Amino acid sequence: MSDNVIVAEGLTKVFNRSLVAVDHVNFSVEDGEIYGFLGPNGAGKTTTINMLITVLKPTEGKASVLGFDIIKQANMVRKVIGVVPQEYTADEDLTGYENIILCADLYGIPREVSKKRALELLELVELTEFKDKRVETYSGGMRRRLELACGLINRPKVLFLDEPTLGLDVQTRTATWNYIRRLKKEYGMTLFMTTHYLEEADALCDRIAIIDHGKIIVTGAPSQLKEGLGGDIITISIKENADVSEIIRGVENVKEVKNEDGAYRIKAEAGEVTAPLIIEALRKKGYTVTKLSLTEPTLNEVYLEYTGKAMRDTEESKEAFISQRLTLRRARTG
Amino acid sequence: MSGANEYHPSLTRGLWALTVRELKKWLKDPVMVLMLVLQPLIWMGLLGKSMNIGALFTSGNLGNISVPDLTIGNVTIPGTLIEQQLQQMFSGIGTTVMKNTFGVADYFSYMAVGMISMIVMTTTMFSGMSIVWDRRLGFLDKVLSTPVPRGAIIFSKVLNATLRAIFQATIILALAYILGLQLSSTFTLLNLLGIYAAIFLLGVGLSSVFIAFSLRSTRMERPMQIISLIMMPLMFASNTFFPISLMPDWMQMIARVNPLSYVTDAVRQLTILPLDASALVIDFVYLGIFAAVLATIGIVLSWRYLTK
Repeated sequence: MSDNVIVAEGLTKVFNRSLVAVDHVNFSVEDGEIYGFLGPNGAGKTTTINMLITVLKPTEGKASVLGFDIIKQANMVRKVIGVVPQEYTADEDLTGYENIILCADLYGIPREVSKKRALELLELVELTEFKDKRVETYSGGMRRRLELACGLINRPKVLFLDEPTLGLDVQTRTATWNYIRRLKKEYGMTLFMTTHYLEEADALCDRIAIIDHGKIIVTGAPSQLKEGLGGDIITISIKENADVSEIIRGVENVKEVKNEDGAYRIKAEAGEVTAPLIIEALRKKGYTVTKLSLTEPTLNEVYLEYTGKAMRDTEESKEAFISQRLTLRRARTG
Repeated sequence: MSGANEYHPSLTRGLWALTVRELKKWLKDPVMVLMLVLQPLIWMGLLGKSMNIGALFTSGNLGNISVPDLTIGNVTIPGTLIEQQLQQMFSGIGTTVMKNTFGVADYFSYMAVGMISMIVMTTTMFSGMSIVWDRRLGFLDKVLSTPVPRGAIIFSKVLNATLRAIFQATIILALAYILGLQLSSTFTLLNLLGIYAAIFLLGVGLSSVFIAFSLRSTRMERPMQIISLIMMPLMFASNTFFPISLMPDWMQMIARVNPLSYVTDAVRQLTILPLDASALVIDFVYLGIFAAVLATIGIVLSWRYLTK
């Protein structure tokens, strides 16, 4: 085995013999990195994580965690991983401390060890003050931190985080990122996480895989992916109803022009220099520029580039999302 | 890095941890515990005391009959004399009728014991259902991602359901005793163990099946609907409130396979009736088979779901 902590080959999950949630996915996660699955809701992120953490059996393909096969050596995998699920799974009627001890008992950690470790972890996620309070009194951010602490009780070598900041407000989200960074540093773990927040993937992940409709579309470091776009993005609208793509293409440094319903999406190097040149070129031909924007590439642009749609659009189609969730739920129970 | 492989997640450890979780949840909810006490109290107090079947046989209830004069040969007995005579005998006859029908002279004792089986049935079915919430809230998936033996997950639910039922049964017995339950002369505290054993068997059988059913049903309302559908028939087509021998034939057939009849009979034998050892043996054999068969079905189905 090389340095790869997680290896997936042709990993596939089909629900009800028809709904392909994860479609022949290949990837590998290196030791010590934070690897992120980025994609809209229903893209197959949670299904992938559930297969890796041995809760779901793959329909096809195989995967291993730290060299242990997720099907044949499921119990070995379970011992060396930590899981921070998407939901708040801590028992609301128990205290934070009792919840961590419960997790420890499930791993069979001796009480004398787990008691000490629970207090350490509570300190780390700054919940010491609230350890004897029932979880039902906790805020969303506190619950998330408690989940983090629970996921670390067995000193995992690989930590799986499923949408670690789902539903948190921006401030709490940033704070949670800091906890995750600190935990990773403190324990030297490899992290596998899923998210549908572009900022989150950008801020936390060493490498990401963009996943949509159960397939990995592209993988790479966020910076690499952004550079791969080949420069900045200039968006221009003109007053006249004409196709000026060719004129723009003639401008120096312009790499690519796309006409999207009257707005031109232009990829160009050194955008701040190129943008005035484009305006100049258009004016010479008698066109009037009405709108201009210049953005340095973000993951948003990367996402748009590879999936052909903005992340937000997919989030908005709630009905499709709900029906898919329902299908998934039924499929998993059937 | 310390090797996480040194830990040994065991069935007993996991079982205990998960059961303690459930019991803590339960005991931390005082309202819930109060309800558990109030519910049987209300049933016993209202149903047990209002259906005062023994009181049917009081002379007042025979007040309006009129008996014609009876003439045998040339002796005529005036009807009024017979009326008086009948009214005097009536309460005596009543006690005999009650004893022959219910085995005891007072209906309250009969019914209070039936109450135990009823409560055990509902408690075990409902607590089996709590696994629906564990699944919904993601707790189940989380537990499944730990190395805890899968059996511990199922057994903890069964154990929790059964412990709750035993706790409630004890409360009902105590309450019933205060409200006037008449224990037979053969009752000793040791009989409590027998009662608990009978409850345990019914609890294991019913909860195993309900856990499997709850795990596998796609809608979380479904287990609830099933419980309310089968609760009444199970309750009334058994000896819980009325003796089987007086039921129509078709109903007797249901009552004789209904496990509730056997639990109720066993508990009655151990509390209010003079102990009939052979009847008790039959009760326990039946309950043992019932528990073994249903637990096997339930556990196999749950297991297959959890290891899918």
